[in-house]
Amino acid sequence: MPVLETKNLTYQYGAGTPFCVTALDDVSVSIEKGELVGIIGHTGSGKSTLMQHFNALLKPDKGQVLLEGKDINENKQAGLEARFKVGLCFQYPEYQLFEATVYKDIAYGPANMKLDGKEVDARVRQAAEYVGIPPDMLEKSPFDLSGGEKRRAAIAGVMAMRPEILILDEPTAGLDPSGRSKIMELIVNYKKTTGNTVLLVSHSMDEIAAVSDRILVMKGGKIAMFDSVKHVFGRVSELISMGLFVPEITNIMLKLKERGVGVRTDIFTLEGAANELLHLLFLH
Amino acid sequence: MRDNEYILQFNNVCFRYEGDEENVVLPLALDNINLNIKKGEFVAVLGHNGSGKSTLAKLCNALLVPESGKVIAAGMDTSDSIHEYDIRQHIGVVFQNPDNQIVATIVEEDVAFGPENLGVEPKEIRRRVDEALKTVGMYEYRLHEPHKLSGGQKQRVAIAGILAMMTDCIVLDEPTAMLDPIGRREVLKTIGKLNKELGITIVFITHFMNEAVAADRVIIMDSAKILLDGTPKEVFKERNLLKKVGLGIPPAAELAHKLRKTLPDFPDGILTADEFAERFITYARA
Amino acid sequence: MIKDITIGQFFPGKSFIHKMDARAKFSLMFAFIIIIFVCKNLVSLGIVFGFALFMIILSKVAIKTILKSFKMIVFIIILTSALQIFYNSKGTVLFDWWKIKVTDIGMLTALFMAVRIITLILSSSLLTYTTSPTLLTDAIERLFSPLKILRINVSTLAMMMTIALRFIPILIDEVDRIMSAQKARGADLETGGLIKRAKALLPIFIPLFVNSFRRAFELAYAMECRCYKGGEGRTRMTAMKMHIRDFFAVFVIAGLLAGVIWVNRVFVALI
Repeated sequence: MPVLETKNLTYQYGAGTPFCVTALDDVSVSIEKGELVGIIGHTGSGKSTLMQHFNALLKPDKGQVLLEGKDINENKQAGLEARFKVGLCFQYPEYQLFEATVYKDIAYGPANMKLDGKEVDARVRQAAEYVGIPPDMLEKSPFDLSGGEKRRAAIAGVMAMRPEILILDEPTAGLDPSGRSKIMELIVNYKKTTGNTVLLVSHSMDEIAAVSDRILVMKGGKIAMFDSVKHVFGRVSELISMGLFVPEITNIMLKLKERGVGVRTDIFTLEGAANELLHLLFLH
Repeated sequence: MRDNEYILQFNNVCFRYEGDEENVVLPLALDNINLNIKKGEFVAVLGHNGSGKSTLAKLCNALLVPESGKVIAAGMDTSDSIHEYDIRQHIGVVFQNPDNQIVATIVEEDVAFGPENLGVEPKEIRRRVDEALKTVGMYEYRLHEPHKLSGGQKQRVAIAGILAMMTDCIVLDEPTAMLDPIGRREVLKTIGKLNKELGITIVFITHFMNEAVAADRVIIMDSAKILLDGTPKEVFKERNLLKKVGLGIPPAAELAHKLRKTLPDFPDGILTADEFAERFITYARA
Repeated sequence: MIKDITIGQFFPGKSFIHKMDARAKFSLMFAFIIIIFVCKNLVSLGIVFGFALFMIILSKVAIKTILKSFKMIVFIIILTSALQIFYNSKGTVLFDWWKIKVTDIGMLTALFMAVRIITLILSSSLLTYTTSPTLLTDAIERLFSPLKILRINVSTLAMMMTIALRFIPILIDEVDRIMSAQKARGADLETGGLIKRAKALLPIFIPLFVNSFRRAFELAYAMECRCYKGGEGRTRMTAMKMHIRDFFAVFVIAGLLAGVIWVNRVFVALI
């Protein structure tokens, strides 16, 4: 049984007004437990709207969202449970920090779950460890942290709810390269240690290619592709025609092919590309 | 104003921010910076967060003044407050968040803001606004509300707002950091156009390596100092140094480096995918 | 929800009303509001209401958007007119039950009040629908510039108004975003007593204030970069100029006033 599933999900913004936009159009998708799904698509392709359906922040106009087989919009209780079981971390999450200390801010989610103090404490400390925030930093004001640290503290605030499914909407946006790689590293480690499902929305194809098990491509409120990394980046021309980009390494292979070199273009890692090119050179 | 081949000169510039608490002296944000930027140059400044690159931007047009040393902008000393507004007419700054630099509620009225402040004649303002909007490709949107535009469009409006002041140098402080790939491409294209077609000096601050490849000159900053300064080829050769200061290497350069491990004679100095393809084919034929 | 409010929004267009000088429009709209209060009976108010409708049609603003803005205040209209019905005991009784007496005059007064409020809202929102906020603040700045003698810095006030108008939609989006983010962490904003609810708002308001300060600092830098140094020596791209159409409008409004006064005298009977 898939851990998360949507059936014929349709959602419109401003329904009944002249500004009505269909953000999701008959979306059916199922996500298996423990996989890391990369989600790509243009701004406005419906990615963020879909994410907000997964934890019942938005209610579908038509269709269902099933979490472990149960409809999360069946009643209010199911919706609230979905909030905690599906941890959604929005873009630029550091702009939601509000508490006096990092500790208290991370504890906000678990406290809302009405857990006892001991359990909250354990979750805060564990989440801080996942994101690499040392214990002494927990007593600082979140507003005194650096940009990258703030981002990680905010992500810890979602992880501390111990969600079955963690959704991260562009967790690396606006960070410098070392900040980015730290976040990507912690996501991979989190998945490894907890075995939880992770959904990762990103504009960076290189990041998506590096960590995903499967990739979901959205276009105009519909699912355009949902397949393994290799297969998705194998359909390069389709991606480009959607106005999407491809990983830099794939781009190099494409440029070679354009110039008549017989290389494969479904390659997206440095090693893969080096092997392919060396193989080609030694063959001749 | 003295006529001189440099639009920006930093001579032994040091700067530090004032802390919130008394008696706590913060470390230098810029430490003895020496830098000359020629008229018409396209300079990319790279560095991780907190390396001092944003401070550098604010010192360019007297938003901040050095603690010691001198910044000469368009021939004027920025420490002399008499020149403040003259300097800003010559050197404009575009910031990271497009929302926080657009003042008016209609695109063309925002672009007019700068020239209006300078007391330019209404007819001339109209002409400049139209021209600036055409240059950045936002003329059709002149009557739109800024908050309904995409990030890339907003950022281009912000650039037009500086252009309408007829500045001859534009400093852009991470203008692409908050944009999606399409917005990023739009802004980069616009910046390239300003430099190549209008001859405007560009100081482009970013932390995306691949965006720096198009510049004439790349400056790498680390812990308040200039670490490297040279052409993109010269700078990106320093792989280990760049990695040490937390900056990535363009993938094409990485791939070339990897190939060189097996094929020591594989060409060096490759930065873009196109370059890689060209050089690879020549190499394979030889 | 918050985004449905259309009052205060601007819909660009090229109609007669759009093209009018903002100062003339502002003053005449003010005069028109006075005329609404000059109306003493349903006939004169009917004429004024009809005129307001005519202006809306002339402005080519979609009726749908205007109706939408009424959604928010329908309650106020119903409440005021209901009060009139129940508190007016003069005239012939039409309906009598327990303590509630409905009279014909009561009904008419209720109708009168409802139409008056609707006309008021129609005319004042027409001003913002057809005038860009910047032009509107410009107009206010120029109309009130005599206040300079009282050492009131009108241009700075106008600049503040422009910035407020510019940032309202941004901050509304921001509130939406922060609310979603906190809800995703299990924030409960809908249940509990007053104190609990007030406390639940802290996670929304603290980030909102922190972010607003950050925005304000960045905006201040950006404005300095564009040589903003107060109102002194500032010029404007669009010079304000009165055209024949503005004088024409002045005559129309004056005519309307005269007509209303005359109708008031002729039809004294209808309340």
